[in-house]
Amino acid sequence: MGKNSYFNRKLHSLLGVIPVGFFLIEHLLTNFEATKGPAAFVDQINWLNSLPLVLLLEIFGIWIPLLYHAIYGLYVAFTARNNVSQYGYFRNQMFLWQRITGVLTFLFVAWHFFETRFQVAIGNVEHERLGQTMHDIVTDPVLLTVYVIGVLAASFHFTNGMWSFLVSWGITVGPRAQRISSIVWMVLFVAMAAMFIASLVAFMDPQFQELPVLSEN
Amino acid sequence: MAEVQTASKTVKFIVTRQDNPESAPYKEEFEIPYRPNMNVISALMEVQRNPKKSDGQDTTPVCWESNCLEEVCGACSMVINGKARQACSALIDKLEQPIRVEPMRTFPVVRDLVIDRTRMFNALKKVKAWIPIDGTYDLGPGPRMAESKRQWAYELSKCMTCGVCLEVCPNVNDKTSFIGPAAISQVRLFNSHPTGEMNKDDRLDTLMEDGGIEGCGNSQNCVRSCPKGIPLTTSIAEMNKDTTKHLFKKWLGR
Repeated sequence: MGKNSYFNRKLHSLLGVIPVGFFLIEHLLTNFEATKGPAAFVDQINWLNSLPLVLLLEIFGIWIPLLYHAIYGLYVAFTARNNVSQYGYFRNQMFLWQRITGVLTFLFVAWHFFETRFQVAIGNVEHERLGQTMHDIVTDPVLLTVYVIGVLAASFHFTNGMWSFLVSWGITVGPRAQRISSIVWMVLFVAMAAMFIASLVAFMDPQFQELPVLSEN
Repeated sequence: MAEVQTASKTVKFIVTRQDNPESAPYKEEFEIPYRPNMNVISALMEVQRNPKKSDGQDTTPVCWESNCLEEVCGACSMVINGKARQACSALIDKLEQPIRVEPMRTFPVVRDLVIDRTRMFNALKKVKAWIPIDGTYDLGPGPRMAESKRQWAYELSKCMTCGVCLEVCPNVNDKTSFIGPAAISQVRLFNSHPTGEMNKDDRLDTLMEDGGIEGCGNSQNCVRSCPKGIPLTTSIAEMNKDTTKHLFKKWLGR
């Protein structure tokens, strides 16, 4: 991992926000289009795929940063000696949850990638039919449970990670700023989680069983 | 003379002991006569006077370190009922019994409750936690420090290198090289001093090396546990800000 852990750890922290955090928000907004019906969702997918150099954007804007953040994050998570049972303070509990949700998100994202983007890459599914793939997943109660846990973990890891990011780069310095930041990010966690779950619920709609009639673009 | 009969109130202790740095730890129970206003040190002194376990068997006296007995030297830091703190300010009347006493295992255990805090003093040397004033001639008086600054800097100077913040930190362990909260707060102290500030960048550089400030995972146990109430997490965040600025200055400023 190189000689300087300062550089590695800072890079991990930065990549968690730019671009991985941005991508998570983009993904949330795309998914949320599903609440407006299959046509809106497919429109959004087509728009994303119309972006220039979309494969390069995916490789350098998502996959490589995400992989680095995930692998270095696992190293960070497993070098901690958690002591919540001894020191059960709020921030120490959040410290532990940040590591638990990090590992959960890693497993979830790996599986979710395999089910969706990887299937598109090997030609099993077309981009337009991902709504159907999601419909099949969320109508299975076990898979739906896994998805709910996955999106809760991802939302928590991102919002609590943002709290930590603001401290680690010296933006929220004093205790009052950090306390307000805690409240703000926890409210955003609830909002993000609710939007993700609303999207999952939207995919249950039987309309997603078939390919929608597309609008003119 | 007739023996004075009093209800013999006792204090129960479970002490984690270790004979030498390499041997395995084991627990021993002690039951010692109660006196008013006892602290953990005076209880350990009682064990030293009469080294008998609660089952009546003889044992070796328990070893510990202590100096000031007024919570300013940091020597008697140990884990008492699960919390790292100083034994001298741990009053028996305020502790739940049996009182469990253990060494701070983040540090190498020398014997029983005696630990080796060398890594903390090495950390202070590494970050140059001093103000260099020696020269070949009289450099004259240094710049004055603003009173408003002195007031908060004084709080940071209360650090006694006791090791509690390292003991409670989940990121200070044998798998990491994290320097720990104490030394980071000392960088803030010496970088805020008008003369110390002249070597500011040197200290920031040491925090940006392997095992430096990035080891902090924001569990914030340090600030909750510091016996002197030092705002350690504010110091860390402040140094995060300074190291971030220093990083960009080094990248873009040459």
